[in-house]
Amino acid sequence: MSTIEAPHRAKADRPLQTPARVEAQALYADRQKVYPKRVFGKVRSVKWAVLMLCLALYYVVPWLRWDRGAGLPDQAVLVDMTNARLFFFWIEIWPQEIYFLTGALILGAFALFAVSSLFGRLWCGFTCPQTVWTDLFMFVERWIQGDRNARMKLDQGPRNANWWTRKALTHAVWVVIAAATGGAWIMYFNDAPTITRQFFTGEAGVTVYFFFALFAGFTYLLAGWAREQVCTYMCPWPRFQAAMLDENSLVVTYRDWRGEPRGKAKADNVGDCVDCYACVHVCPTGIDIRDGQQLECIGCGLCVDACDSVMGKLGRPKGLVAFETLKNLSASAAATAGMAPGLERQTAGMAARELPRFIRPRTIMYAGALTAVALAMLLAFLLRSTLDVTVLRDRAPLYVRLSDGGIRNGYTVRIVNKRREDTPLVLALRAPEGFRLDVQDADHDAEGRPLLARRADGISQYRVLVTVPPGQRLPESTPITFRLLEPGGQLATSQSSTFQAPRR
Amino acid sequence: MPTKIEKDTLSGQETTGHEWDGLKELNTPLPKWWLWTFYATIVFGLVWMVIYPSLPFWRGTSGWIAREAIVEEVRAAEARHAPMMARLREATPAAIQADDEMRGFALAGGRIAFANNCAACHGAGGQGAVGGFPSLADDEWIWGGSLEEIQHTIRHGIRANESDEQRMSMMPRFGADGLLTSAQINDVAEHVLSLTGRATDTAAAGRGATIFAEQCASCHGERGEGNREFGAPRLNDQIWLYGEGRRAIASYIHNPRMGVMPSWQGRLDPAVVNMLTVYVQSLGRVN
Repeated sequence: MSTIEAPHRAKADRPLQTPARVEAQALYADRQKVYPKRVFGKVRSVKWAVLMLCLALYYVVPWLRWDRGAGLPDQAVLVDMTNARLFFFWIEIWPQEIYFLTGALILGAFALFAVSSLFGRLWCGFTCPQTVWTDLFMFVERWIQGDRNARMKLDQGPRNANWWTRKALTHAVWVVIAAATGGAWIMYFNDAPTITRQFFTGEAGVTVYFFFALFAGFTYLLAGWAREQVCTYMCPWPRFQAAMLDENSLVVTYRDWRGEPRGKAKADNVGDCVDCYACVHVCPTGIDIRDGQQLECIGCGLCVDACDSVMGKLGRPKGLVAFETLKNLSASAAATAGMAPGLERQTAGMAARELPRFIRPRTIMYAGALTAVALAMLLAFLLRSTLDVTVLRDRAPLYVRLSDGGIRNGYTVRIVNKRREDTPLVLALRAPEGFRLDVQDADHDAEGRPLLARRADGISQYRVLVTVPPGQRLPESTPITFRLLEPGGQLATSQSSTFQAPRR
Repeated sequence: MPTKIEKDTLSGQETTGHEWDGLKELNTPLPKWWLWTFYATIVFGLVWMVIYPSLPFWRGTSGWIAREAIVEEVRAAEARHAPMMARLREATPAAIQADDEMRGFALAGGRIAFANNCAACHGAGGQGAVGGFPSLADDEWIWGGSLEEIQHTIRHGIRANESDEQRMSMMPRFGADGLLTSAQINDVAEHVLSLTGRATDTAAAGRGATIFAEQCASCHGERGEGNREFGAPRLNDQIWLYGEGRRAIASYIHNPRMGVMPSWQGRLDPAVVNMLTVYVQSLGRVN
């Protein structure tokens, strides 16, 4: 392969080198093109199902409708950049509540940690967009250019009309899929039916076309060309996911205690592995699972299917390559140490296995963190205020002396209304006796109390003056509270502030 | 610098020829991609210098100037505001006040215009300053606090001799011009203090009352209630434009300073004057 070796192998094989034997090592390895072979089996079926579910979710969600009333978007999931609102079914998020998104991301991270420590790289192998789209692109490739051998032959053969036709067709279909991917992305930020029409009539904005091209371009590039290199070189997740895995995590493994020594199916005294390379040929990242745990392995388990079908044909028990814990692997190896290949060794090895320990300090901690964040989010969401009042006291001047010697303070009162109601609210002041409240440009109710209009799903602002008549002894700062009352009189929300007076 | 290129025996790499205590430095060249990127940045820089104004005497081939870009942006913003400004120009301040949309624009725009043109004397929030800069946030107006009166004051100014319709009045220099003696001035000051119940010398205040009635009452009113017609401030309230107390009052009677405000008509867009009018009144307006 390349002149550079993977670190885990380099350490073990290479003897301590004397300076005279230093060889120049290239720091760059050329990519070896991977030609994954078609495979059938349980894991593959699950993978197809997950792929279709993920794609269906991605393409269908923007078309879901959710009636929010007149004048509001009826798209169930919509990031409305123009009006700075995020709609998710019945939930509507304002920009200052973006921490809900942070919380969702933290939830996602802990869920990923927990799943990884339990079942290994399920995310990488089944649900990661890179995996899903690469799988889809490979399906197209296989459909047009044929399976592994046909594709290899095509690439090695002459650049004739056949080659050009098949390659061009493949890339054309890829571009269509990539365009659909970018096309669906913009629907999450615009009304889907409208933007679809505008997109084709050329009425959509530059931003829309830019993000369409960005996502389409990168889909084509990453799923069509870069593929496993994204996982191996670009993605940070494989680098540190090893910290989440331990000997109790389910990972794709080769049961070497049973397979070794490799040999022909009919040879004597050899293990179950017939060295047919079926596991290598189906691997989307082009590795040999029999080399042990590797950074490049995305845990998709297609080699499990490949090996199972070979073992089935040979009439041997399935599961030579399987989702297995490293603990069981070493237990089996220990139980079968020194045994000759055969059914007896197979039985002894399998008998030494235990059920994976799902409950262990690591998983308990991940589950705990997950629950804590989820509860905190739920609490924050349930206690989320949909009506706020903010009070900004004038700082210049701190106070105004009136002609009769009274003191006045100015305030800016802002009503942040996340609800759809727009009935006016009564502004009341909780303050010592004698404090008078004046709201500029406000209506008044029958009792003469100021009525503050609130904009549905918006912010309204008022200038408020508080006056204290002369003769009242005031401390430098008097705490006061602005209270917003529903027309019925019950408290909607309140905000405390101070009243400033000259130093005595 | 050695004339012949030396090679390291172990690695086969060239050395730089530098040697420290028997250790030779290997010549490890920069990676090619790095080097080419570096050359590309130089080329980019040269092209940039040609296209954009990069040297004191070079304006660039593109003709793009940062100042003109800003001017363009300001022009675009003005064009966006033009319809509203046209409405504000035509409307009376009272009409602006009554209309939610115009009032919102006027208060926001007025705040900026105030900070640019008025805050230097009247303070950032219109609080004024002792020494002849009246507070605009209180409830006392020297030349009147109705929208029309405020608009007139802003338009024509006070004693600046810039407009025929300016606010004009003169207070005689009672001390400096010898109209009153120092003792008489002190008596009058004591009387003025008595208007707000602060006099300490009732005899002097009594003497001052007579002089006040003769010399001052025609403008300031018999009880010191002031007269907005002449911009004669109220003397029987708690607001003192030139400072509180006998000394300050006597000093002012001796040699009045009388504030000056420029005329803003012609300096500011009539729409801006209207915005300022509405904003200034909002500083202390109660229903």
